[in-house]
Amino acid sequence: MSDPVLSVRDLVVEIPTRRGVLRPVDGVSYDIAAGEILGVVGESGAGKSMTGNAVIGLLDRPARITSGEILLTGQPIHRLQGEALRRLRGRRMGMIFQDPLTSLNPLLTVGDQLTETILEHLDVSPAEARERAVAALDEVGIPAARQRIGSYPHEFSGGMRQRVVIALALCAEPELVIADEPTTALDVSVQAQIVALLKRLCRERGVAVMLVTHDMGVIAEAADRVAVMYAGRLAELGPVRDVVTAARHPYTAGLMASTPDASRGQRRLRQIPGAMPRLDALPVGCAFHPRCDRAEPRCRQTPGPTLSACDGRAACWFPLGQPKEVLA
Amino acid sequence: MSDHQAEIETRRTPGRLARAWDSDLAYSFRHAPVAMVSAAVVLILVLSALLAPWIAPYDPFDPGSLNLMNGFTPPGQPNAFTQETFVLGTDDQGRDVFSTILFGMRISLFVGFSAVLLAMVIGVVLGLLAGYLGGWVESVIMRVADIQLTFPAILVAMLIFGIAKGITPPAYRDQMAIWVLILAIGLSDWVQFARVVRGATLVEKSRDYVQAARLVGRRPFSIMIRHILPNVLNPVLVIATISLALAIIAEATLSFLGVGAPPTKPSLGTLIRIGQGFMFSGEWWILLFPALTLLALALSINLLGDWLRDALNPRLR
Repeated sequence: MSDPVLSVRDLVVEIPTRRGVLRPVDGVSYDIAAGEILGVVGESGAGKSMTGNAVIGLLDRPARITSGEILLTGQPIHRLQGEALRRLRGRRMGMIFQDPLTSLNPLLTVGDQLTETILEHLDVSPAEARERAVAALDEVGIPAARQRIGSYPHEFSGGMRQRVVIALALCAEPELVIADEPTTALDVSVQAQIVALLKRLCRERGVAVMLVTHDMGVIAEAADRVAVMYAGRLAELGPVRDVVTAARHPYTAGLMASTPDASRGQRRLRQIPGAMPRLDALPVGCAFHPRCDRAEPRCRQTPGPTLSACDGRAACWFPLGQPKEVLA
Repeated sequence: MSDHQAEIETRRTPGRLARAWDSDLAYSFRHAPVAMVSAAVVLILVLSALLAPWIAPYDPFDPGSLNLMNGFTPPGQPNAFTQETFVLGTDDQGRDVFSTILFGMRISLFVGFSAVLLAMVIGVVLGLLAGYLGGWVESVIMRVADIQLTFPAILVAMLIFGIAKGITPPAYRDQMAIWVLILAIGLSDWVQFARVVRGATLVEKSRDYVQAARLVGRRPFSIMIRHILPNVLNPVLVIATISLALAIIAEATLSFLGVGAPPTKPSLGTLIRIGQGFMFSGEWWILLFPALTLLALALSINLLGDWLRDALNPRLR
């Protein structure tokens, strides 16, 4: 495999508060290669979106990156600001938001929004930009793109609008796309179409995609690899098939078990007992131990291992599917 | 799919005029009698001011055509010496009051429109900058606005007027008076535009589409102009309408106080000032008719502004 498009190394994001410093992202590392989709899952507040925002430089004060680095094709981007960051956005990395209803300007036609973005980044004539806008709409599956280019966002349905948003994120041909819950606001039948569209564009254009979601179904459908986050840390990272079928971290296993499955004929939904701890009240030891049925004294005393310290798959002292003695 | 495509292609897009007629705003207008009457009054007054040189029976600024014998002719009655009749009578110098009102309204409206335009441009630009950039830019702009708000607008206008008058050479004073008025009223009125635009900008700035525009790498300047400005224009329009009425009144006040339009180029305010000298000596028409015109103009613009504010507010529909 060649150089990864995105490389995040030991990323730490901190928010100073009156009651002490919170770490919504704590030592996260991963790579995304060209043409690869990395799914990032976790509960609300696990740090998924925060990681995505850190990459694209969207952290709002007082949150800030305190250590670690973010490399875009080998080039550090986590210290960029102002004009340098603006040049990167859109041109080299794009973002797709959760709610397509609000992420388009209601007073501009979709054609204008696309054309202006293309003109901002690419050295083309206005007529050429218009052509590219039509092509971009066509590529994301808007029927009769040439006629629809003069339409306003409210003239599209939710699913169609999300396609426009994707076209907007991709129109300047970025290498990396961060999709933050792109299907959450859509109804189920449209979700599958949007996931398929993302997958196709990723393959055809060789774009690296970071797909942030809490929907395991979407991950299983679209992602090549999956990163599971818990309380700001990576719990597990691996190829999607391995993680889904043979989870090593007890948290991932719990997540999988709590996915509803009609074929199992179960009466009640299985769930992980308890809730994710608040960031200002993390337990001593592994953050997951109060909810873990495999917790040993060691888990209560020593913070969970980092991924690299273990086998690079699961950040757990006693991963599933392995004899307990290996790491103990 | 082809059916869908054909349907889109054959769907006729109505013309601009038809769409404007069909808009919610036009609908609300057609169902608001007060707004329609006000609009009619404003339209008649503005048109007659614009067409004053053609519809005024006399040219009140041509000294050659004035006959002092015509002085103090009561409205509708023939003059005792010359037997000429004037619809609204004449003033002390024999000027036709109807004609002076038409020409005076021209000056009042010109000053009002220009002053509001000036205030709007300054206020919108500063409000956008303050709201979007934040930080020290916002602090400086909004503190200046706060300080200006602690003085009555008319005082600020008089101050600016006084300074400007002091630095213009005496020979140009009458010529410059109109422009100085516009500057004075415009500069005293930008604050409310800036405040409202800043507030609306803060709201729009937090919307996803502005974030999205930032994230596709749009320049801050083009985000402000293309994305935020069109979305904050509704309140600006309302304030501009109401400000127009206030600016016309402010102009009249300044002229009434003798610091505005000169008697050689009288505005409605100047006419009222001239007229009030004759109020108790029986020549009531010299004061009454310009005052009524000012009242009608300011009131109907205000009512129109009120209607616009309600019509543009989606929560009041």
